[in-house]
Amino acid sequence: MEKQKGRGRFIFFCVAPATILFLIFMVIPTINIFRMSFYKWGGYSPNKEFVGFNNFVTLFQDTKFLQSFQNTVLLIVIVTIVTFGLALIFAALLTRAKVKGTNFFRTIFYIPNILSMVVIAAIFSAIYDPDRGLLNGILGIFRGDAQAIAWLGDQKIVIYSIAGTLIWQAIGYYMVMYMASMASIPESLYESANLEGVSAVKQFFTITIPLIWTNIRTTLTFFIISSINLSFLLVTTMTDGKPDGATEVFLSYMYKQAYGNSSYGYGMAIGVIVFLFSFLLSAVVNAVTKREPIEF
Amino acid sequence: MKSRITIGRVITYIALIILAVSIIVPVGWVFLASIKENNEFYGNPWTLPKGFHFQNFSEAFSQARMGSYFFNSVMVTVIALALLLILALPAAYVLSRYKFRGNKLLNLAFMAGLFINVSYIVVPIFLMLVDGNKFLKQIFGGNVSFFLNNIFIMGLIYASTALPFTIYLLSSYFKTLPKDFEEAAYVDGAGYFKTMTAIILPMAKPSIITVILFNFLAFWNEYIIAVTIMTEDTAKTLPVGLMNLMAAQNAKAEYGKLYAGLVIVMLPTLILYMIVQKQLIQGMTAGGIKG
Repeated sequence: MEKQKGRGRFIFFCVAPATILFLIFMVIPTINIFRMSFYKWGGYSPNKEFVGFNNFVTLFQDTKFLQSFQNTVLLIVIVTIVTFGLALIFAALLTRAKVKGTNFFRTIFYIPNILSMVVIAAIFSAIYDPDRGLLNGILGIFRGDAQAIAWLGDQKIVIYSIAGTLIWQAIGYYMVMYMASMASIPESLYESANLEGVSAVKQFFTITIPLIWTNIRTTLTFFIISSINLSFLLVTTMTDGKPDGATEVFLSYMYKQAYGNSSYGYGMAIGVIVFLFSFLLSAVVNAVTKREPIEF
Repeated sequence: MKSRITIGRVITYIALIILAVSIIVPVGWVFLASIKENNEFYGNPWTLPKGFHFQNFSEAFSQARMGSYFFNSVMVTVIALALLLILALPAAYVLSRYKFRGNKLLNLAFMAGLFINVSYIVVPIFLMLVDGNKFLKQIFGGNVSFFLNNIFIMGLIYASTALPFTIYLLSSYFKTLPKDFEEAAYVDGAGYFKTMTAIILPMAKPSIITVILFNFLAFWNEYIIAVTIMTEDTAKTLPVGLMNLMAAQNAKAEYGKLYAGLVIVMLPTLILYMIVQKQLIQGMTAGGIKG
């Protein structure tokens, strides 16, 4: 290509505005999280005192933080396993079993993904309500006049109620995604497997899963990051960490400390841990799920 | 393959129907609940509404200010989408199709941005805006609050934080186009800018529509930035207003208004979804990443 005059200027004016705003609203805030975590800084006072790793030392003795750590990990594990398991099974059923009304199901399953987390929180508050809730309304038929279950009030149950909502929200999205990648697997592979008498379940594990593995791997990495974020949004809007911190997660605790409590330095120390944790987890998942890519 | 009625097929249908019902019923229930009168909420939640109590909607719009929140949501969504397209289209085009110094570094930086979620950085962004206000106060004096509660600033933040995903999506399309388009344009004497606006961007229309759809949903539904930086009632958006209604419902048992509010927030996205469902699902599988 022949170089024209003004090439450099054109490149600059195309790239600079986006780059500058990306720096201001994403890169600098990220750097600030790491920088501010070394300061003791509360409220709107201008006094920032450098305290080194003090915030982190306090953090690992803070039982509320440790509880939010535990809740986050528990949610990630349950939600990831159930969502991916069900999404893969449903996607395989819809693509392989020649079900009638595939489009109808796909359209319906995708709906939760277009709803605001606030809307989902409100809907599930109505579902989980102990006295007037939809869930206890149904269960009442089977359980008679037994004690109503406090889905969001019982410390032992509430984290699973949150997990259920997150799974409901995510499952359709991943199902639709895997349906698309499963549709690209050549039919001939399944035909020859059928001729050899391989069962549908075995076909699922030996043909379908290995062939869309790259896709599963990419989505898994991003799913973990997004579930840290979504669990925060759901907890903030639905339970606010109640009862007694039983649903507090990483980011909701950070937000409470930094924004609600104005302990910016301490809050940002939590932010650093969240960053490191999510990067580390992504790296581990990426390494563990590494396989030789299979071509078809 | 013969299609037979087997136990496996029956179980398949039952599983699919259960999942579909678990989605249709709660969403449909909200629509029914939005026309119920307040006293209908005591007792069995499964009863159908006795009549059409549309007053819930007018009360939500006027008393609960959902009308003004609706206006704010429309404004911020439109501003953010316009800014995003102006910023991301040229950037994605140049980053994916031009070789220049720093190109690799910039591409890598935007890719890394995919891993930064706004929930992580919302507090530093808020503090930056507070500092901005302090700075203006020093210059102009008085009680200025330019950066907080400003629809345009929030639109700018929405657009900026959506850049990595949008540039990623657009770049992956631009990369597939053959070089011939630009070469032909230069031979015809078109400049760089003309080539981009008159030849490349019209071809990218399907990708641009996908970008608009995804970001419309993200901006319209956004909660955490809005609740953090829009502290005044006049500047709030629909999801934040809905949270107020949820709190009011718990305190004052005003159910009708809450469900009317839910319908007001949901309906635009559901209508859009019904119109462009196919495009949305195709676009999603092309991008492959969820924010």
